[in-house]
Amino acid sequence: MKEGNALEVDAITVRFGRTTVLENLSFDVRRGTALAIIGPNGCGKTVLFKALVGALPHEGQIRWAGGTRLGYVPQKLDIERDLPVTGQDLLRAKARVSGAADEEGGLALDMVGLARELSGKSIGALSGGQFQRLLVAVALVGGPDVLLLDEPTAGVDERGQETLNDLIDRLRVERAMTTLLISHDLSVVYRYANNVLCLSRGHACFGPPKAILTPALLQEIYQAPVAFHVHDDGPRS
Amino acid sequence: MGLDPSALAISVVAGAAAGLVGCFAVMRRMTLAADAISHIALPGIGFAIALHVHPTLGASAMLLVGTLLIWGIETKTRIATETIIGVMFSTALAVGSMITSGEALIEALFGGTGRLTPVEVVLGLVVAATIVTFILRQRHRLVLALVSPEIARTAGIDVARLDLRFLLVFALTIALGLRYLGVLLIGSLVIVPAATGKRLARNLNEMLVISVAVAVLSTTLGTYAASVLHREAGPLVVIVAATCFFASLLRRTPDG
Repeated sequence: MKEGNALEVDAITVRFGRTTVLENLSFDVRRGTALAIIGPNGCGKTVLFKALVGALPHEGQIRWAGGTRLGYVPQKLDIERDLPVTGQDLLRAKARVSGAADEEGGLALDMVGLARELSGKSIGALSGGQFQRLLVAVALVGGPDVLLLDEPTAGVDERGQETLNDLIDRLRVERAMTTLLISHDLSVVYRYANNVLCLSRGHACFGPPKAILTPALLQEIYQAPVAFHVHDDGPRS
Repeated sequence: MGLDPSALAISVVAGAAAGLVGCFAVMRRMTLAADAISHIALPGIGFAIALHVHPTLGASAMLLVGTLLIWGIETKTRIATETIIGVMFSTALAVGSMITSGEALIEALFGGTGRLTPVEVVLGLVVAATIVTFILRQRHRLVLALVSPEIARTAGIDVARLDLRFLLVFALTIALGLRYLGVLLIGSLVIVPAATGKRLARNLNEMLVISVAVAVLSTTLGTYAASVLHREAGPLVVIVAATCFFASLLRRTPDG
């Protein structure tokens, strides 16, 4: 493992039966940096995350830096909305399983700017933005070094998206965390990511946003012209 | 028929175990699976009677094998649990009804008669204590795995192993109640109190408490009513549980 790397992925291939979803994919992620993963639907972004956390069998090697603690923010939860499970239940469960103090849940809520009284509500009663913040708070319990975020702003209104993206970036800087973010919002990728991994049918590309988010390359990845808004203060070096 | 203290003791612990396991079964959408999986016990009961061993032993062995088979097929093929259980259930019912006949079949379907032996009582108490301890100790892991297997995995949980252990405890709960409620009714003791808890509770702990309370109330009241009315306990237990569920519908929830 190279000094300063949080993650090294070496020639991984993931197959479902006869279908190859990821093929011979390699990339490194430096500690404390933000990697954005982009690509059209069905290109294997979530599959890559599942392989990274050991939930899917794969060929090739995935190496996390020694002692790495992962936090995961899923894209969506496959549960009924009317379950009597509250944010507090989730935060407490994560704390107990990770060996963290129960108070970490409250601190995580403060960190993501979610009122503590909202954690007493059932998760189905929370708005899209509140729920996504709760999921980030749950991921933070246990003090992760790396956050994997699978479209954390999906289903959140535009203002909420901006707040959440700022929050994730602030957490990365303040807590010296490494973040891996799946996003369809290329302006967010351009603004916040240090590196971009693009997955597309048949091939992948990796590099800084300026090199990857070019009209020609995006056309090749998405098979259609793609435009996005560039913020005045991005991209990151 | 007098009120048997050992039957009452078993009814309390079986109620507590079923109430706790039921909460996670309902939240994992195993409502139909609970009914179906209990049928896997049927051929085991048939074989046990043919081999002159205790029917519960045969039922437990078959439930154990069936559960391992369901987990194995699910893990290897990624076929939905409900589909696998559906196939296993109908196969077990066909084989079970072929090799079990007459009075033995009726008893297997609707629960047994007669007093429990001291060995049955002690075994029942030990099994129930094992189930209750498992759920209480593992509830945080179970809730994380329920909400998101990936969150659970990054928190250090071996999700496949936890799933297997839950399925085994689920099968053990079915085995515990079989003699008492029979193949056809045991599923309802797992599901109906938990469904009542899910409807009334505002958080996980409340759901566990309400579900256990309804299950224990159903088993004890059902057993008592059976001794007074000189009827089998099984159907009365289910009627009490169902009454609690329908009563819970009267309470308005925020969702209406």
